[in-house]
Amino acid sequence: MSEKPKLAMYWAASCGGCEISVLNIHEHILTVDSIFDIAFFPCIADFKVHHVENYPDGYIDVCLWNGAIRNSESEHMAHLLRQKSKVLVAYGSCAYEGCIPALSNLTSKAATFNTVYGENHSLDNPNQVVPLTSVDVAEGTLTLPEFYHTVQSLDQVVDVDYYLPGCPPEPPQIWAVLQVVVAGLLEGAPLPPKGSIVGVTNTAVCEECDRVKSEKAIERFYRPYEITPDPEVCLLDQGLVCMGLATRGGCGALCPQVNMGCRGCYGPMPGVEDQGAKMLSAIASVIGAGEPGMEDAELEEKIGAVVDTIVDPAGTFYRFSMAHSLLRRAKVNGNGKG
Amino acid sequence: MSEQFEPVIVGFLCNWCSYRAADLAGTARIHYAPNMRPIRVMCSGRVDPQFVLKALRDGADGVLIAGCHPGECHYVSGNIKALRRFILLKAMLRQLGIEEDRVQLLWASASEGIFLAERVDKMTEQIRALGPLNWNESVLSGNGHHVAVPVPEEV
Repeated sequence: MSEKPKLAMYWAASCGGCEISVLNIHEHILTVDSIFDIAFFPCIADFKVHHVENYPDGYIDVCLWNGAIRNSESEHMAHLLRQKSKVLVAYGSCAYEGCIPALSNLTSKAATFNTVYGENHSLDNPNQVVPLTSVDVAEGTLTLPEFYHTVQSLDQVVDVDYYLPGCPPEPPQIWAVLQVVVAGLLEGAPLPPKGSIVGVTNTAVCEECDRVKSEKAIERFYRPYEITPDPEVCLLDQGLVCMGLATRGGCGALCPQVNMGCRGCYGPMPGVEDQGAKMLSAIASVIGAGEPGMEDAELEEKIGAVVDTIVDPAGTFYRFSMAHSLLRRAKVNGNGKG
Repeated sequence: MSEQFEPVIVGFLCNWCSYRAADLAGTARIHYAPNMRPIRVMCSGRVDPQFVLKALRDGADGVLIAGCHPGECHYVSGNIKALRRFILLKAMLRQLGIEEDRVQLLWASASEGIFLAERVDKMTEQIRALGPLNWNESVLSGNGHHVAVPVPEEV
């Protein structure tokens, strides 16, 4: 009997939801278990890093990597698992484009440390103790990974074979992708070209959303708690910022179905480099203020008043894609190190 | 004594008004700062925010968008779309730490060659005062990584 293919899953800067999403493919998980041997999967199996280090190169057939690159440890593990894996999949939004952890690219490492270890109502840290990469104690030197200034996506650190977007990816899409991979491994069926974004459609989330859409002219944007939306009408028509029109489909428009605007987790449309810029462009186009006949000052005032109702444009339009955007981070104190 | 910093400004000029204003400035032999690199677009409404971000990421110190005066757009309201986009883009650029003067919008009709030249002069001085943006090196480096500027693919 030939050996089973080896499956690994690892987490870096992530919430753990991606692991749960794999287990959420229901009874198919039994099929996964019967086809694969688990080679490394810290969430569900007790493997250590030294086990992986002792594998020959390319020993792992498929490695699902979730999480962004936040510190030197996640970077080290990315290099290690790239070396040990035949196919490396950026699994979920964090690995693909930075996701929520990368929103800290809008501020600095110092500010992040201050919030986590310094001034915060839930903290009691009178001596302002912060983690250091190295500290000498009586028993020897203790070390911690280095916290980076900028969160990166997996493909900014190592070569990635496939991308599976979503926060987290949806179970039917995960199962569809696993079937393709299994057919490739066991039956020699062709795999998608390297660099493919898998488990998605090539149309926007709006295509999957059955709300009634009409010509838009928005005079005021609302935050989700400010209004109770009509369940039948396009959320953007009602002034709720919905990322559906700048976001790739594949999720089945789950969020708009429950009155929540699309958050944008499936990433940019095919051919788009910067999801936030495209969303900005789309939102600006539906602003219903400003006529060609107005004076310059009046134009700016009217349009500006509508724009002011969009709270936190960068954090909204780049909620999932900051690390993979064109600028990747904010300039803080003259550079990216703040 | 170090040499004076010469900012690189990418200018997106609309075909019907502002590019012609620049053309007029040229044929009238008006002397003005050579720092703006004009790119002709059919309408200021054609300027995708991605163009602006890409210019800033890949080495520009500033971006100028110029179109027809409101009410005079060749496509009726393309410049109003540009203005809506610009106001929202500026709000986002503030969050990204990009100084106000680096990205500017102006209206210049085909007869306003002198006005366009003056504004380019002024913007050049404003950005010179701010210093280089140098996004790739000063903002993105220092994490142990350098972002390679992609080489355009041959079509």
